[in-house]
Formats: sequence, C-alpha cells, structure tokens
Amino acid sequence: MTATTVERPAPAPPTGGAPMIDRAEGWRRRGPLLPALIFTIIVTQIPFLLTLYYSLQSWNLVRPGSQSFVWFQNYVDVFADSQFRGVALNTVIMTLGSVLIAVVLGLLLALLLNRRFFGRGVVRTLLITPFLITPVAAALLWRTVLLDPTLGLVNFVLSPFGADGTEWISEYPLASVMAALVWQWTPFMMLLLLAGLQSQPTDQLEAARVDGASSWSIFRELTLPHLRRFIELGVVLGTIYLVNTFDTVYMMTQGGPGTASANLPFYIYQRAFLGFDIGQSAAMGVVVVVLTLIAASFALRLLFRTFSGEEEAA
Amino acid sequence: MRGAARRRGRGRAPAVLGAILATLALVAGCSGAGALGGADGVETVTVAIVSNPQMEDAISLSPQFEAENPGIRLRFVSLSENEARAKITASVATGGGEFDVVMVSNYETPQWAQNGWLTDLEPYIARTPGYDAADFIPSVRDSLSYQGRMYSVPFYGESSFLMYRKDLFEQAGIQMPAQPTWPQVAEFAARLDQGQGQRRGICLRGKPGWGEMLAPLDTVINTFGGRWYDPQWRAQLTSPEVRQAVQFYVDLVRTHGQPGASQSGFSECATQFGQGQVAMWYDATSAAGTVEDPAESTVAGRIGYAPAPVVATPSSGWLYSWSLGIPQTSPRKDAAWRFMAWMTDKQYIQRVGQEIGWTSVPPGSRRSTYANPEYQRVSNAYAPLILEGLQRANPAQPTVQPVPYQGIQFVRIPEFQDLGTRVSQQISAAIAGQISVDEALEQSQNYAQTVGESYQR
Amino acid sequence: MAVTTSTPADARDTAGAGAEPTPRRRRGRGANVWLGVVAWIIGIAFFFPVLWMVLTSFKTEADAYTPTPKIIFEPTLEQYEGVFSSGIGPYLANSVGATVLSTLLVLLLAVPAAFALSLRPVKKTQDVLFFFISTKMLPVVAAIVPIYVVVNEIGALDNIWTLVVLYTGMNLPIAVWMMRSFFLEVPGELLEQASIDGAPLWRTLREIVLPIVSPGIFATALICVIFAWNEFFFAVNLTAANAGTVPVFLVGFITSEGLYWAQLSAAATLAALPVVIAGWVAQNKLVQGLSFGAVK
Repeated sequence: MTATTVERPAPAPPTGGAPMIDRAEGWRRRGPLLPALIFTIIVTQIPFLLTLYYSLQSWNLVRPGSQSFVWFQNYVDVFADSQFRGVALNTVIMTLGSVLIAVVLGLLLALLLNRRFFGRGVVRTLLITPFLITPVAAALLWRTVLLDPTLGLVNFVLSPFGADGTEWISEYPLASVMAALVWQWTPFMMLLLLAGLQSQPTDQLEAARVDGASSWSIFRELTLPHLRRFIELGVVLGTIYLVNTFDTVYMMTQGGPGTASANLPFYIYQRAFLGFDIGQSAAMGVVVVVLTLIAASFALRLLFRTFSGEEEAA
Repeated sequence: MRGAARRRGRGRAPAVLGAILATLALVAGCSGAGALGGADGVETVTVAIVSNPQMEDAISLSPQFEAENPGIRLRFVSLSENEARAKITASVATGGGEFDVVMVSNYETPQWAQNGWLTDLEPYIARTPGYDAADFIPSVRDSLSYQGRMYSVPFYGESSFLMYRKDLFEQAGIQMPAQPTWPQVAEFAARLDQGQGQRRGICLRGKPGWGEMLAPLDTVINTFGGRWYDPQWRAQLTSPEVRQAVQFYVDLVRTHGQPGASQSGFSECATQFGQGQVAMWYDATSAAGTVEDPAESTVAGRIGYAPAPVVATPSSGWLYSWSLGIPQTSPRKDAAWRFMAWMTDKQYIQRVGQEIGWTSVPPGSRRSTYANPEYQRVSNAYAPLILEGLQRANPAQPTVQPVPYQGIQFVRIPEFQDLGTRVSQQISAAIAGQISVDEALEQSQNYAQTVGESYQR
Repeated sequence: MAVTTSTPADARDTAGAGAEPTPRRRRGRGANVWLGVVAWIIGIAFFFPVLWMVLTSFKTEADAYTPTPKIIFEPTLEQYEGVFSSGIGPYLANSVGATVLSTLLVLLLAVPAAFALSLRPVKKTQDVLFFFISTKMLPVVAAIVPIYVVVNEIGALDNIWTLVVLYTGMNLPIAVWMMRSFFLEVPGELLEQASIDGAPLWRTLREIVLPIVSPGIFATALICVIFAWNEFFFAVNLTAANAGTVPVFLVGFITSEGLYWAQLSAAATLAALPVVIAGWVAQNKLVQGLSFGAVK
C-alpha cells in the first residue's frame, strides 16, 4: 500500500543537486548501514576466507606434520565421492520436503487460527511451543520418547491398529528426521502466514462476500495472492535455515543407517571431527556455499521482483 | 493507537533498561566469581571428561578433593562420549589449552604420546608414594603406555562378556558352557526367541559408530579368524573369514535379535535386557553394574555371566580403558596430577565403595579392587570373569593371523575413527536390511583400502 | 492514509479479538464450534510430545522405561534435584548473558542498517540484502575448525564474549531483513509531513517511526533470543568450563552407558523453559509485530 511511496528517496535537500551535496547525502544515508555491514563482513568473511585457505590444503589434525598444499585436489575428491552426491540429494529432499510440508501445514493452521473459537489464544500458544524448544532436546524427544520401537509413544498409539513394532528410525530415517523438522518449523510458518492473514484488509473480503463469491474463490483470488509474499518469505528463510540443519540429524539418527539420513552439514561434521580431515571438510563447505548461492540467486531475484516496486492490488 | 503506543514505548524504556542493567550485573557477578584463578595462590584445574555414571560419581565426590587440597579448585566439562572425544581431540591436537586433565582411552594414549601431545607420567608416579602403579592390571597398564612409560592412568577398564538370564536358561533346560562358542550362542538364541513383539533371543549392538557396533563386531571378526589388514597393509574386509563373521553377526541379530537393532547401542540394549525383553546380551563388562542395579533393572539377581564367545581363538573379550592424561600445554601439571592421582588411587575405590556403593566402584583398573572382600561380596557373580577377561586380552596379538596393528576392538591408527564409523554405517545398513552384507563389505573394503594405501608407503 | 493503516490494526489480534468480520449469519457460529474442536485436537497433538517430556521429568527412571507408557505414576522431584545439583546455575547465567547481550547488539546494529535500507535507501539495496542473507549459506560445521584456530590464536576460547560476537553475526542478517520490512510499513506521507513541518530527523524517528515499528523490534528481538538461546554448535566447540551454555549442559546428560531418560527429560525441560515462557508471554506481540509488515 505504502510501498511505492517509500521506495522513493526522502524529500531532496533544499539546495539544488550539486554533486558535492549528493555525495554527502549519500554518505549520510550509508552511515547507519555501515556498522552492521562492517561487523558482518569481519565476523563472517574472515572465517570464510580461512575456510577457503584450508580447503586448498591436505591437513589431518591427528597426523601432525601432514599439512601441505594440494590446491584443488580436495575439490576433485569431493566431486568424486559418491557418498557426497547421495548426501547432497538427501539434503535437497530433506530441505525442500520439510519446508513445503511446513508451509502447507502452517497455512492450514493459520487459516484455522484465523477464525474465532473458544480458547483460540491457548491453542495458538500450544502450537508455537515446538519452535521454542532447543533443537537438541527436540531431536532427542523424537528419538527416544516418540519413535523408539518398543517404548515409544507412536508405536503405542498405533498398537491397536497392529502397526506397532515399526522401527521408524531404521526403516524410514529420512522421513523420521523430516517429521521432527516439520514439527519444529510449522509454528514459524504458521505465525508468518497468520500475520499475513490478519493484515489482509477486510473491506475487500466483505465486498466479495456481499457479491456472493464462494469461500474457495475468495481464498484463491484474494487471500492467496495477498499471502504470496509471506509464503515466499517463509520458504526462503526456512530453506536457508533447514539447509544448515545439523542438531536434529546428529541427535536423531547420526546420519544412519549407512548415510540414508545424512545431510551435508552432518557429513561435513563427520569428515571434520571423526576423520579430522580439515582440508576435505573445508572444501565441502565451500562447495555447499557455491551451490546454495546459485540456487538462492535465482530464488531471491524472483522474490525481489515481486517485493519491491510491484504494486499489489491490495 | 499511535498515541497509546508512544506512551507505552516511553514508559517501557526505563524498565527495559533497568532489566538489562540488572542482567548485566548478574552475569558479571556470576562470571566474575567463576573466573577467579591464580589469585590468592588458588589454581583452577579444568577437567574434560565423558558423562558416564562412574565419572558422574567422581564429580559428586570431588568436593572432598578440594577440601583436602585447599589450593586447587576443580572445573569439570562433562559431555557425551562422541562430543567429548571430538572436543578433546580438537583441543589437544591444535594446542587449544583449555584443559589441564583430559579423559582419553587406550585408543588415543599411545598415539598421542608418540605425537608428543601428552605428558609422561612416570616422574609424577614416582613422586607419589602409595600410588602403586604396579597394582594396575597389567594389560590395562600396558595399553596406556608408550615405550614402557605410562602416559595416562586408568580410571576404569572393561572387557566384554556374555550376560544371560539364568532363570530362562533353567526353564528351557539349557546349560551355559564354561566357554561358549558363537554357534552355541546362536543356537541358544534361537531356542529362547519367542518371536516378534515378544521376548527375543539376544541383544547385539547395531548402532553405527566405531565405538558402538564395531566394538563387539570386531571381536567376532577376530575370533572367526578374520582381520582388517594383512602385514602388508592390504585390506582384508572381503576375505572369507571376515565375510563369515559379519554374515553370522548380521543374521543372528536380524533373526533373533532386538527390535530397532540398527539403532541399538549400549544404552538401548541395557534397557532391553534390564526390562527382560531379551534373553542374552553380549557387551561391555561395565554393563554388569547397570543391570544388577535393582533401581533400574527388573532382572537384577537373575543374571548369569559367561566369557566372551569364541570360535578359533582361546579368548575373545575386548580391552578398553577410560583414562586420564595431562596435555603438554597445561601450565599446572602438578595440580593436575594431584587430582588425577586422587581419582585413580586405591583410596578412591574405598571412598566410592563406602559412600556410594560397592556396585558403583570403577571396575577393571586395579587388582586390589578384586581382592577387596566387600567388593567381592556384591560382585562375585561377575567380577572374577571381568578380571580374567582383562588379563587374557592381548591387543598386541588379537587375531589368529598376524596383523600390522594393535587393538582388539579397534585398529589403533588415527584414521580408524572415521574408517570404523564409515564401515559400521555400511554394516548397520545391512542390519536394517537395506543392503546385503556383501555390498556392505565391498564398500567397506574400498574405504579400508584407501586408508591402508597410505600406510604402505 | 492514517485511516487505512489503522484498519488492519483494529482488525489485528491483540487479545483474541477476531480478524474476520463478525459473521452475521447464525450458522457461522456452529461451524466455528467444530473448527474449534478440530483446532484444539491439533493443538494438543502438536504439544503432546512436549507434555510427555515434562511428565517424564517427574518420573523415576524405572517408571520412565515401561513398555506401556505410564500415565498414572507417583511424581518425584529427584530428577530436578539431580539436575540442579549438577550445577546448572553457571550455564544458565552464561546463556542469559550471551543471549541478552547478543540480542542487544543485534538490535543496535540492525535497526540503523534497516533504516538505511528502507526509509532513506542507499543504492544497491538489493545487493546489500543479498549479501546479508548469503552469509548464512556457509555451513557452520565447515568453518568451525578455522574459527576455532582463529579464536585460539587471539586467546578467546572459553569466553562468553566470543559467543556474543558470533551470535550477533549469526542473527544480524535476519534481523536486518525483518526490521527493514517493518520500516517499510511507515507511511511515507508521515515522514514528508514531518520534514515539511521542519522537525529534525531524530525527533521524527523517536516520535513517529519508533512507535510504529516497536512491535517489529520486539518481534525481531524475540526471534534473535530464540536462535541464540538454542544455539548448540558454536557453544559446544568454543567453550569449556567457564562459558558453557544451557544446550551444552544438556548434552552432558546424554550418557552412552546408562539409562537416564527421566533425568534427561528434566534437564531438557529446564533448558527449554526460559525461552518457552518468553515465547508464550510474547506471542501476542510476535503476531502483532509480524503482521505489522513482516513482508512488504
């Protein structure tokens, strides 16, 4: 609504556009940004450059004297590692799957919570709790309390139906991890989409209802487009965080059986802290960054195009 | 609306600011209190240990050490095994210097001693009267030594043996032989297996990890006549003996073993056995303390013990010891040694026995523990077997055929943590039924060959 | 414009007031009752694992392992005693310190930055935003050893300030993104009006802009608190005895040799409690803040 107005610069200074004034104004505007920018550059780029530096070396932490430059050999090894490819695929499935399911579930829950009913605040409180629990504790909870084949709750609940005894973590490792991730992230999506629903101007909805439009077409034509930005924000943020998910895999399945539920961060962790192969794990990290950057560039350019400048008919 | 918000904003700011200042003061106070060290001649010794029950007991008794040694304060960092290993290794290998005492094992000690990362403890032992390092069980002491000198001191040691339900065996009319063989054990498991959803025949670890499933599996491989490498460092994981051993293990646990086998580690099997859901359990001797504790186990008092099953070797139990060492980077080795000596000497055993209970005494480190009548009283069902298992374990010659490495349930090379974990992941997948044993071993052979090649040079 | 912005505000849920226009038809209420039931069932189902964890924390170890889950049991506080006697105090203090300090620092840096990227935009706003989000693409696990080496070199291992700096770097991108959206909600006309009236920038900020975005600041702060409190990987690798945080303390309760579910549940409950309480208390603010323009 007010987007277009804000995107234009604030009122120009009284004196006409002499280059000196513009430059000063430019710096005055950049000023507030600089502390955050400089801080971020220092805290994030130094580790990244170091990681790059180590990725060019062959260095095993527990074999002293093994440090030597091998340039791009580590990268060659990374791409030749068949397990790496499998793990990368796992990561894509795990991330996109969890994000999409969380968004859909979040949408349904947000629609539900948007209606009035008794104790709505309490239900909302209950629903957001999974997001607040430490991921380490949540993963353990799923592993021991819920999915344990003999003592877990899921099998207990399923026992009347005869489906008990399923070894969830052994037979469906990826699905088990995704279930825990969806459980934790759905509240986040739900809150985001609830905010979207509640910021929707009601006069439009009223008008459409008075015109006799069905609930479904109202949803499809009015609500969904309005929600699109929220959905996209949820997808982008969720993806960035879930790609880097480590605690859950570590605590629930340790990547097993085999590498069926290992994702890239966990695999890198094993190379770094089991194999103590610092060079190789650094190279993998750099590869992950590059791949994510490429994927994100497409996604974010798309996002920005819909964000800024476009006037939404809201 | 906006007016209200403004009023709220102004009213809240001082309150928020006050809360922040209070928090900062609290944090400063707390961390200030904790950060004192060096002042007033008080040294703070930082100890990194693994969070096992025996270690927890030591932490709970440590105020007594501080009372007896007023110049020393203790700080403990206690983590689960995998985390502790990773952290301690990273710290010691890079000279991080956060710790004065680290908990290591007979896997790390000789290697790190060779790298010069651990302090030679012989001078300290010599200077401590009554410490009696000769009292340590010889095989344990040797496994923590490098070139005849001790570089870490044992806190507790363990071998492996077979635990079984005496009452169930009696009911079924089965007699456990004095030295069972694996084929016999498989037969017993078949007879006592009640089928899915009911009591199973045996619990065997299937959880991936070089220290989890690979520990028992390696002893099975050894006793079937298999080995990881031949003396020329050629990987042997697809040899007939290894194939037979692994196939046996996987088949046994899949047919007569516990549910969730491919994710079962020590804790899970302890639960299964302690709740009466499996009839036998082959695992660490330190499990005896857990399953004989009536507060945690429903089968306490009904358990029989047998030596680790064999096939082609006279004995098959593994050898493992959690021990304490001092990183070379520590600036306060004397204080560190004082604590380590306290935690590993004879008086400590007495202390635990009297104040916590004789079943909680750290086992498998000193011979005098096993000669102690009070300890014998509570543990005579299993203690003699543990002592025997430890004494017979020979990491220098663990297999039927010659090998270029030491170690019974591990291969004592730095790469083994990673290699062992990768291999165990493959075999765990076989236990889960996702791949065949042959496929698992083919893949494992590849990993092992890569590592072996770097030793052939 | 003022009228338009207040309509969504009125419709917004601050204390359970509905966002939907009150249905004039009677049968709407019946449908809502059914929806209420469904919502309650789903809410309880979602919350149940947490409830079970809390229940388990009051059991003895023997009660915690039964094949048939015990709902009736004799509650005991021994697990909590065990957790407290294991010294959770310093860890709590460290977590509070690292979380509060890093969140304050994040706000201090992010608010001006977001302001610069929205109300008085610089060139290349998109590039800067992209840069911020790109810093979150490097998996921490790959960079941890280089970071460890650097931190060791400057002698900052096992130091709470190391965590503060790293958590700030970790949360800054999302804080900038979120705050920027809130700033974009401020109607341009208000700013124009204020500058025409000759008000200095600082007064404009304090009296006009800040009240509008304050729910947003609150929401951003809460998100940062959640992520900083629950952060595990940096904490476990870069701290030792002095600066350990609550997630690190929790992991110390996972033993590889022993059966300690009940005690673990107690530790996990305590670990989660502060943030859960904060989240519950603040969730109204969170929804308000998010709806005020998390996305624009």
